Amino acid sequence: MIEVKNIIKKFGEQTVLKGVSTRFEAGMTNLIIGQSGSGKTVFLKSLLGIHTPDSGTISFDGRIYSELSNDERRELRTEIGMVFQGSALFDSMTVEENIGFPLKMFSNKSPKEIKERVDFVIDRVHLVNAHQKRPSEISGGMQKRVAIARAIVNNPKYLFCDEPNSGLDPKTAIVIDNLIQEITQEYNITTVINTHDMNSVMEIGEKIVFLKNGLLEWEGSNKEIFKTDNEAVTDFVYSSELFKRVRKMYLEDDK
Amino acid sequence: MLIRYLSQIGKYFIMLKEIFNKPTKWSVMKQLIFKEVDDLIIGSLGIVAFISFFVGGVVSIQTALNLTNPLIPKELIGFATRQSIVLEFAPTFISIIMAGKMGSFITSSIGTMRVTEQIDALEVMGVNSLNYLVFPKIIALLLYPFVIGLSMFLGVLGGWMAAVYGGFTSSPEFITGLQTEFIPFHITYAFIKTAVFAILLATIPSFHGYYMKGGALEVGQASTVSFVWTSVVIILMNFILTQLLLS
Ligand SMILES: Nc1ncnc2c1ncn2[C@@H]1O[C@H](COP(=O)(O)OP(=O)(O)OP(=O)(O)O)[C@@H](O)[C@H]1O
Ligand SMILES: [Mg+2]
Repeated sequence: MIEVKNIIKKFGEQTVLKGVSTRFEAGMTNLIIGQSGSGKTVFLKSLLGIHTPDSGTISFDGRIYSELSNDERRELRTEIGMVFQGSALFDSMTVEENIGFPLKMFSNKSPKEIKERVDFVIDRVHLVNAHQKRPSEISGGMQKRVAIARAIVNNPKYLFCDEPNSGLDPKTAIVIDNLIQEITQEYNITTVINTHDMNSVMEIGEKIVFLKNGLLEWEGSNKEIFKTDNEAVTDFVYSSELFKRVRKMYLEDDK
Repeated sequence: MLIRYLSQIGKYFIMLKEIFNKPTKWSVMKQLIFKEVDDLIIGSLGIVAFISFFVGGVVSIQTALNLTNPLIPKELIGFATRQSIVLEFAPTFISIIMAGKMGSFITSSIGTMRVTEQIDALEVMGVNSLNYLVFPKIIALLLYPFVIGLSMFLGVLGGWMAAVYGGFTSSPEFITGLQTEFIPFHITYAFIKTAVFAILLATIPSFHGYYMKGGALEVGQASTVSFVWTSVVIILMNFILTQLLLS
């Protein structure tokens, strides 16, 4: 469980996060939605300690990040998996080496055990014909899968994904979403996903946090998001005609 | 302005300290070191050999051509070649060239990792990215004195060949010149400089790559800025060390 209390993050004059508080439970897929530029990435990076918040606290199952020593922070980070918006794969390594990297660095597994584990997660993310290729030689969708595989290879307790399915076709996007949800439930991971994909919201939004202008505007589940009359949310989520109709049908069904 | 430079220098020293914190597993580090030796040291031998040999030749020809006074012995050619190659050309000027070659390679490779968030990815996993990226470069550059030793040898060889085969002097005369007033401390001095330059060559470009901000365009700019600063600091340190050690 991750608990966020009142975090504020400024870049120079610009205050990107103006005091956000929320909780992310384990075993649940927590989604953060909001317009491009609303601060989703900054929020996620503040949780991870890549950005240092100007104030506020973040606690990982009771461990308050800002109060940990450098060594304790590194220790905590070995329990974290992160999928970056741009994948952030290591160019100098093959797909296999990328995925095996956290194990090589932090486990006492033998090369053979590492290989087995890597093959297992490669299968898990449905990646084919890529073992020996370099990141520059595979497609964007495959890069995302490699990034997810790398994030989960070391059985993280906390998984962060920054737009894991942007730039993917709808079918692959759903496969990736379901994959993340399955893994989250299977290993009881605390998962936080940034997205602006409304399909993901409907599919896997067990908890949704809506950021607007640096503030938490609304939070709830994907069931609740149909019913809410918060205008900012309905405006954002049901901006397309299709979703407007879906919502209407859903609300009528519900009666 | 001054404050900005001072804070950069402070940041540089903090970086140096951080490089030695929380070392990476030795089995991983070993491979990284081999890779850096290959990229930085082995990869530079060709260009260093080429430049040293021909510049050595030119130094010796220039000295010969300027020796118009018959009273000055021909041994001076060997002597002058030795002094200029060993004292300045090999340690200092090869290092400036390396600031361009190794330095821009280091800055752009680390800078690219920064802008594509690979460094963040390392940090998020709990890796000390400075140790992971910079430490192996420093260790690889412990071999840098061998590069400079090679440069000295080939520079003098080039000088000898140009002088003898160009018909400016005889081989025994040149060799006598090489041995004239040989001061062993000059070699020590040259290698002390080399060791200091090696540290600068590994760390200043790393600093510029590691702390850069922006995108691909800025990676290019960072490489240029890094080359300028590495050469400026090398030249300044050269001046200071020469003052301290020789005068
Ligand atoms: N390193 C930084 N330095 C200065 N400003 C930044 C930095 N990172 C982000 N910002 C600013 O913070 C704001 C939020 O950016 P952020 O990347 O979090 O948006 P986002 O919600 O993730 O958008 P997208 O959906 O397009 O990824 C932007 O206005 C951006 O200019
Ligand atoms: Mg973003």
